[in-house]
Amino acid sequence: MSSSEGGSSVLFDGTRCIGCRACSVACKSWNRRPEDPEEKVSVEGGIEGKATLSANTFTFMRYREIGEGDDLKWAFAKIQCMHCLEPACEAACICGAIRREGGTGAVVYHREKCIGCRYCMVACPFGIPTYEWDKWSPWIKKCTFCADRQHGNGAEGSREPACESACPTGALKFFENTGDASGRDLAIEEARRRIEASPGRYYDHIYGELEVGGTAWMYISSVSPDDLDLPQVSDEPVPRNARKAMGTLPYYALGVIGLMAGIYWVTKRRQKVTAGAGEKKEG
Amino acid sequence: MTTPEAKKERRLPVGTMILALLVVIFLGVAVNRFANGLGAVSNMSDGRAWGLWIPFDLFCGVPLAAGGFTMAAIVYIFNNKKYLPLARPAILTAFIGYLLVVFALLVDLGQPWHIFRMIWNPNIHSPLYEVGWCVMLYNVVLALEFAPAIFEKLRELHLPAPTWKIPLRTLHMIEIPLIIAGIVISTGHQNSLGSMLLLMGNDLNQLWYTPILPLLFFLHAVCVGPAMVIIEATVSSKVFGHKLDIGIFSGLGKILCIPLVIYLLFKVGDIVVAGEVGALFSGFPANAWWWAEMIIGVVLPLIMFLLPVVQKSRGWLFVSALLVVLGLILNRFNVTLMNLEMRPGYGTYFPTWMEIAVSVGLFSGGMIVIMLANKFLPVMKHDEGHGESHKEKPTEAPASA
Repeated sequence: MSSSEGGSSVLFDGTRCIGCRACSVACKSWNRRPEDPEEKVSVEGGIEGKATLSANTFTFMRYREIGEGDDLKWAFAKIQCMHCLEPACEAACICGAIRREGGTGAVVYHREKCIGCRYCMVACPFGIPTYEWDKWSPWIKKCTFCADRQHGNGAEGSREPACESACPTGALKFFENTGDASGRDLAIEEARRRIEASPGRYYDHIYGELEVGGTAWMYISSVSPDDLDLPQVSDEPVPRNARKAMGTLPYYALGVIGLMAGIYWVTKRRQKVTAGAGEKKEG
Repeated sequence: MTTPEAKKERRLPVGTMILALLVVIFLGVAVNRFANGLGAVSNMSDGRAWGLWIPFDLFCGVPLAAGGFTMAAIVYIFNNKKYLPLARPAILTAFIGYLLVVFALLVDLGQPWHIFRMIWNPNIHSPLYEVGWCVMLYNVVLALEFAPAIFEKLRELHLPAPTWKIPLRTLHMIEIPLIIAGIVISTGHQNSLGSMLLLMGNDLNQLWYTPILPLLFFLHAVCVGPAMVIIEATVSSKVFGHKLDIGIFSGLGKILCIPLVIYLLFKVGDIVVAGEVGALFSGFPANAWWWAEMIIGVVLPLIMFLLPVVQKSRGWLFVSALLVVLGLILNRFNVTLMNLEMRPGYGTYFPTWMEIAVSVGLFSGGMIVIMLANKFLPVMKHDEGHGESHKEKPTEAPASA
């Protein structure tokens, strides 16, 4: 993946997060469904850590109590689509309804191509896409990386994702592509700088740098990704094995056609030979 | 069929009525689903987005219809005419099975009315795209493969209609290309079902996840093909009262052992190569599922099919075939439900009665169609059959017309 293809990026810094959930509120405000403008901007799940994504919730704040007694501390993680460089959902989608955009790197769902098969939901290693289970005509719902805001609409120019714009402490930081570096490269650089600048402050791992081949959203925190219940995933991009298997199909088809035609020819010929021999004897 | 019609007709309605009732219940659930959404009829959630229907109706339904391509290959390609009587019933059950897959998908999909988007907006790299296309194409192929039965019946009726010779002759002409197309298409998506799971390496238990999943799926389907034919033929001989030579059954059992041994070798070899032998003895309950699947569905039937006692008994052959099928169902549920992790925070999944009613109702509907077909169409009329005797038909037909 060359740097220009890296796309924009957001770095979540758990040491700066105060768990205020302004990001959740901003997300709900921006993505408020036009057909239900009065929808409550809720923060379901509370601090019990039982929040999940849903068709109406593209992001939520995860709370974890780490350590005991005097060492007890809160740890936070903002959960949303990771916007993988090689998304499993995109590889899974039967209709190409999920596409990773070239410039922003946002993995965006297009309902006008979807048939509602939910393969993306099953394939996603982070458990992100959600479904409208209560609708007779359900669609997939997921975080858009505010691709619409990033594109800008002429007058306003491009803007950062809504959640990032609402963050009061800079725990979320948005990096755009610049002339010579992708936003993602800049984010990784910044994450390294922060970890090196304050020894002992961070758990030394940038979650999302290598996971599933890299993601646009990345996490650094004082605790490990395990403590935050971020999924343990392989560094191998998810689509790789399936793509290899699918690549063999044309050869497979040709091989089977050839093999079957060959066997048919042999058995038919053997039959004719024996039949011919029989006729001769009769004659 | 030469069995007394009267006896059969009195026996059919009770069973048929139960089946019909199950179909009606299915229709009710389907209405509910399209009125109130998938959440209202199923226990599916964001944590378990594929519930009972995809694992059972798609992942089991497709290989359980493998009897179609297996028998077509044995009879028409390998030219083993001993099994000719079983070819048409196997093709019929495969056809009905594939139609059921489509019906199940129509309930399961969120936007079934948009299903043809997979033609206009294809993602050719998606394994599901290949599966979807093959289900469509194979339905057409199976319809054409079964069509001669319908035209033969129409010819028998002596309707004052256009001659049925032309479609029959056309179908006979394309018979072999059609059979080969059927084999390519159906085996191609047997292994693409396995490819679908290749995207789930982070959630599927390591005992099952392997890059050769497509190959394993294909081999397993080839094992299940003859097994399903044994089961179908045994059941249909009970229901319709025809007798088939036991050599046909024991022969299929022996044929079946070849792919079963290859499957076993690949399955075990893969675990050894991946260095996961240790996981077979730890990591309960996943390892228990693995052993159950392998012993019940592979090792046990393999031994049984090779025993002379079994080869001489229709009952034991039936049981052995049933074990192979059970093993496949276990395998498919292992990889799509039991050993495929749910999203954290969602508890466990068990289907609602309505989800079960959909699968059961569709199966019942399929049974009714197969019974009707056996009653009204020359499905088991193997004496006339096709193959060699086909050549005589064109000369025979004008005389009777």
